[in-house]
Amino acid sequence: MSAAGPAVVVAAGLAGVGALAGVFLPERWQPRLAPRRLRASVVGVCTAGLGAAGLVAGAAALGGARWSADLPGLLPLAGVHLAVDALSGLFMAVAGAVVLAVAVYGIGYAGHGTDARGVQAVLPVFALSLVLVPAAASVSSFLLLWELMAVTSLVLVLAEHRERASVREAGVWYAVMTHLGLVLLLAGLMLFAARAGGETFTVLRAGAGGMSPQARGTVFVLVSAAFASKAGMVPLHAWLPRAHPEAPSHVSALMSAAMVNLGAYGIVRVGFDLLGGGPRWWWLMVLGGGAVSAVYGILQAAMASDLKRLLAYSTSENLGLVFIGVGAAGMFADAGNQKLAALALTAALLHVVNHAAFKALLFCAAGSVLRATGLRDLDQLGGLRAKMPATAGLFTVGALGAVALPPGNGFVSEWLLLQSLIHGFAVPGVTTAIVLPLAVAAIALSAGLAAAVFVKALGVGFFARPRSDQAAAATESPPSMLAGMGLLAAGCAALALVPGVLGDGLSRAAAAAGVTGGTILSGGSLEVRLDRISTVLSPLWVAAALVAGVLAVSALTRLVSRRRRRTNARLWDCGGGAPTARMAYTATSFAEPLQRVFDDVLAPEQDVDVTPVRESAYLVERVRFQRRVPDRIEHRLYRPVLAALSGAGQAARRLAGGSVHLYLGYGFFGLVALLVALTVIQ
Amino acid sequence: MNAVGTAAVAAQVVLVTAGAPLLTGLMRQVRARMEGRAGAGIGQPWRDFRKLLRKEPITPVGTGPAFRTAPLLLVATAAVIAALVPLASTATPVSRNADLIVVVALLALGTVALALAGLDTGTAFGGMGASREMTVIALVEPTILLAVFALSIPAGTTNLPAIIAGRIHDPARLASPAGLLAAVALAVVTLAETGRLPVDNPSTHLELTMIHEAMILEYAGPDLALVELGAQMRLTVLLGLLASLFAPWGIATSASVAAVVLAFVLFAVKVALLGAALAAAEVFWAKLRLFRVPELLAGSFLLALLAVTASYFLTGE
Repeated sequence: MSAAGPAVVVAAGLAGVGALAGVFLPERWQPRLAPRRLRASVVGVCTAGLGAAGLVAGAAALGGARWSADLPGLLPLAGVHLAVDALSGLFMAVAGAVVLAVAVYGIGYAGHGTDARGVQAVLPVFALSLVLVPAAASVSSFLLLWELMAVTSLVLVLAEHRERASVREAGVWYAVMTHLGLVLLLAGLMLFAARAGGETFTVLRAGAGGMSPQARGTVFVLVSAAFASKAGMVPLHAWLPRAHPEAPSHVSALMSAAMVNLGAYGIVRVGFDLLGGGPRWWWLMVLGGGAVSAVYGILQAAMASDLKRLLAYSTSENLGLVFIGVGAAGMFADAGNQKLAALALTAALLHVVNHAAFKALLFCAAGSVLRATGLRDLDQLGGLRAKMPATAGLFTVGALGAVALPPGNGFVSEWLLLQSLIHGFAVPGVTTAIVLPLAVAAIALSAGLAAAVFVKALGVGFFARPRSDQAAAATESPPSMLAGMGLLAAGCAALALVPGVLGDGLSRAAAAAGVTGGTILSGGSLEVRLDRISTVLSPLWVAAALVAGVLAVSALTRLVSRRRRRTNARLWDCGGGAPTARMAYTATSFAEPLQRVFDDVLAPEQDVDVTPVRESAYLVERVRFQRRVPDRIEHRLYRPVLAALSGAGQAARRLAGGSVHLYLGYGFFGLVALLVALTVIQ
Repeated sequence: MNAVGTAAVAAQVVLVTAGAPLLTGLMRQVRARMEGRAGAGIGQPWRDFRKLLRKEPITPVGTGPAFRTAPLLLVATAAVIAALVPLASTATPVSRNADLIVVVALLALGTVALALAGLDTGTAFGGMGASREMTVIALVEPTILLAVFALSIPAGTTNLPAIIAGRIHDPARLASPAGLLAAVALAVVTLAETGRLPVDNPSTHLELTMIHEAMILEYAGPDLALVELGAQMRLTVLLGLLASLFAPWGIATSASVAAVVLAFVLFAVKVALLGAALAAAEVFWAKLRLFRVPELLAGSFLLALLAVTASYFLTGE
């Protein structure tokens, strides 16, 4: 008897208790008693317990335990089928861990509208759906949980809709896009189930082999488009940079660190496990989409000066890297090289784990900043390291993970991903010779830009001097928020220093997806062992060497120098005198050179408005300069479609003139046309 | 083996640290002579270093921990790289961990630390330098990793000692089209990473054209000494890496003392020659406009891409 089953039951129970508490408990206790925000505290504790249960279930499955349950009575006609293997276990564990930490954080995060009854009742349900989606083992259960996740997250995104109109707009975008994705998913999985002759995953797995290549290809394209949209892949990403910034920060963290992962999970589950792998073009599509998303996402992040929007675009980038790994794994598996496929898939899965850890931390830290200052605009922040030292330190840990430099955790998985691509050259074929170098270049460019992005976020947002009164008046977050972030930071540090502990679990997860290549990671260091070659990365060793280096340099300098006491002095600034905060570089000015370099890709819009004084056209009274870097794909792809749709709607209004005679006429002619059509067909 | 290997690693770090100011002195001297000046002598950077170390440590008001730790981190990353790169011997205790991607990432870490320090000052120049430096780094990264890719194909690994040992045993790899293209690409990237002409002018006094110098304007005293030393060490290590990759003759592959000593002498000669050549070339180059630099880097990226594809199509697999 594994721990997975009871843990899932406990998680479901806690979600129920949490939801009930959200509905029935009053928002506030009496002012003098200890938990003043009673509802948020109880819901937070229940959700954290749910997350812990999910983590236990996932860890048990990663350890090799399997668990499944058929509950025919729970849902009419189909029943609910749950099954947990190592692959689902990995995603359950990630979701559980993120839910645990973020729920602890959420106890202290009091935004406007986040304490409302509806929001608090839905939060545990959303958390449960995050944990349970990977456990679904039939098409109907999967779709049900998937939709539950979409709807509950939509409610949470709309939590602050009374505060800002942009929340409502983001909600509409999210609702429409996630449901278009659901339609694609429904179509793809129904086609799959119809051809395979059943809807449980076991039947699908058995029936996939007998399907025609066209049917398999259609299923994969439909399903992967839906999953790519959930993962924020370009060009289906448009909802992500809107919904993630507008949601309350702890919800953003859940969405960005746990929900988008399930897009990657879906592709791996359907593509590798259920369909049993596929031809090369499937995986080239996934890899290409991932590479484009990685570069485009981080480029947009480099232009963003809204901290949460920046983080949302970075999510698009990181999931792009995951998709590069998944696509490469599919290509290698198709070429028959299971070991390389296992390496690439392990890298992708490890990046999912790493990204979840640092992105949840970064969103939580951004939430702390938002709570303390009410600002998300980097151009107005600054100087927070003095006011909120703990938050600044935690953001630094997260940013170090995100920039893919040692000793951060993102570096480990990107290193592994690069290794898989470089060694992938052993797979013969011109395709690999062209695709792999370009993929490496895309990863490298996104890593370089990510460094610029997070130097900007940290350096402009937290360092230097405050650029606004709100930033100057910031105060540190309450202990529960710091504790939640501390948990995530500890996770980041563990993943950065001893990623090898995940080695066996990741291999099992890859094996559960049908890619058996043996253990790739082991012990404290990462060791890539293939047929002829082996390469080693010891993150612990690198970190230790860096620490030793810093200490040695510091000690030697102190030993040699004569005057040890540091004296304060005014900033020199080339003799310009004490600079004001207005003279400091802002996020926009920091990104300006990059924007010029990538001018053709980004297509910024600028607008100079010169107003002359009334008496003379030659004297200028006012010059207004405006520059925006809109999301180009959104502009070029979505706007025309939306404009056409609304144009069609406007045109259709002319049909409804308000005259009852006209409507009766429509009914009459419609009926006649239908009858005529029937007689013609019969 | 371990004793000699450990000694070799320690000697690499010490030699790079002690030799870096001398290399800069040599380069300045070559430049001065070619411009018809007498020059200050090879030892001048060391004298500057000593002078700066004796000065009072200054903390500009309004700066934080990032500003104070950046110089330490810059020197520490350079020292770790000096230990990892097989400048003189491939048979060292750290050779298993000397991964080329790690070396590249550590270099970037030093740059990022300095850029954060530039932003931490909150001055216009600090931000300007940081912004420009990060732009250059972002564009340099694809070239470096593709060159790494090209170099690691024949060796089948990104492990640096394995690549260099392979090149010593099979010199044909050096003259292969892939090897030559990768060499040119890496050379351009080295210029960008170390802030040399034509990407950045290390001796500029015009703030608006600065990249590296703009970031470090607020540093003084021992901090400035460390920043200067770190930059010099990075130049030395990168030139040493180029020398090890593309002229690996003499690098000890065994643990014999004589071979290691000879390797150190050859290393010093190779780096001095490369530095002198670079200084001589810089006399004839003008600094590129900032927004022309991406074109240079795009060119080097193309070379690196060609190197990878050449190594695929020309090895005839």
